[in-house]
Amino acid sequence: MIARINPRSRRDRYGSRINRDHSQLLANFVPWASIIIASVIPIFPLVSGIPIWPPLGFLLFLAWQFVRPGLLPVWAGFPLGLWDDLFSGQPFGSAILMWSLSIIALEYIEARFPWRGFLQDWMTAILVTGLYLALTALLSGGSLGYERVLLVGPQFLLSILIFPVVGRLVAILDRLRLLRIRVIG
Amino acid sequence: MRRSGYSRRAQYSVFTGYVVAAIGALIGAVLLGLSLWRPASFNGVRGAAQDVVLPAGEAGAEVRDTGTNIFETISAYYRAGSRNAELRREVDLARVRLAEATAIEQENIRLKGLLDLRESDVEPVTTARLVGSTGTSTRRFAYLAAGRDKNVVPGMPVRSPRGVLGRVVEAGNNISRVLLLTDSESVLPVRRATDEVVAFAEGRGDGTLRIRLINLGINPLKVGDVFVTSGAGGLYQPNTAVAVATEITPDGANARVIADPAGTNFVSVLPIWEPEILERQRLPIEEQLGE
Repeated sequence: MIARINPRSRRDRYGSRINRDHSQLLANFVPWASIIIASVIPIFPLVSGIPIWPPLGFLLFLAWQFVRPGLLPVWAGFPLGLWDDLFSGQPFGSAILMWSLSIIALEYIEARFPWRGFLQDWMTAILVTGLYLALTALLSGGSLGYERVLLVGPQFLLSILIFPVVGRLVAILDRLRLLRIRVIG
Repeated sequence: MRRSGYSRRAQYSVFTGYVVAAIGALIGAVLLGLSLWRPASFNGVRGAAQDVVLPAGEAGAEVRDTGTNIFETISAYYRAGSRNAELRREVDLARVRLAEATAIEQENIRLKGLLDLRESDVEPVTTARLVGSTGTSTRRFAYLAAGRDKNVVPGMPVRSPRGVLGRVVEAGNNISRVLLLTDSESVLPVRRATDEVVAFAEGRGDGTLRIRLINLGINPLKVGDVFVTSGAGGLYQPNTAVAVATEITPDGANARVIADPAGTNFVSVLPIWEPEILERQRLPIEEQLGE
């Protein structure tokens, strides 16, 4: 009997290619669900007197656009931002505005520089997150003052450091998203 | 904009996407303006969403709780010997203080008898866990696992065994949102615990408070001064611990909050101290004076 040379020859990284295909539902559901969950997560771990958590929902929102450009439609900032606004403690509408603006900006960057490396993506993320944190601090509805912007310093540093990890997480979620679990034929 | 190829249909759909996104951003800007102008505009929607999602945080709060207990247990074993000697010294001191305290208590009873004052212990409206806080925003809100179902209404002060934490700003069905003292919009009338130096304690958003004296002049404050609520304004019960001064500034001091929300587990919601005063403040000035 002839043994098969490579037992994985009929599989790719998403599973068996015979008789299996990507699930339409999973492929569309995972990015939205992950961002929605990440928006709520920073509430739970610690009741703290200072803002210390990186804006996880926003970071995931950025990372999905770097990992799969064009997967989230350009208007995705509106519904996802609306959800984030419900829990972030910011005045309502702040995330809708910021997320919509940042997805338009990232679409532009994607069209302008289609071939980018990890470093460029990271730099873009640092720039966008920095602007996002500073603007949300200014528009937080508290008493205005420039020293408020300095408050987000530790949070900003954490966001910079955590961004590659978030990128990895999104890559793992992307593999989950494209699992071949639908039986065809 | 990215050209999606020669297909007219694809080009139009890309264009429509951008238009919708821009409209979304515009709606966001309008909503933001509206909620900066009238901060309570969207409390209903928000309360409903929080009611559905946040009860999941109760489990998290319990885990957090056992977490600290584990670390405390381990560190207790680690320093048992030196702790023992230290504790013995402390007990000796405490006995002396206890004797003094009994004396003072008796004197208090005597003086209160003279003044015909009665001790009024405030019964808390409810006791609940803090489920979490807005971890990412510079605004400092905490979420409390009790809402209108436990008779919590906006305005009620929230305290931990150590001192004041903040007040309820929005009550959902089973979750309410608490404005912490450290939020930059929080102002609380306080006085120095030892005398009648009155001040405002304003949140600075970075976990500390700014004590601003009402009577300006020579700043009498010293590092280590303890501030308690003065009861002015009618919201908070007087004589609840608030903050300790850590740094003296020209017009007051910077202070650390005594009841750090990170170290609190169960908090109690108290009724509004003197609702009549708050009612009266809503009336126009002529009617206030006319009474």
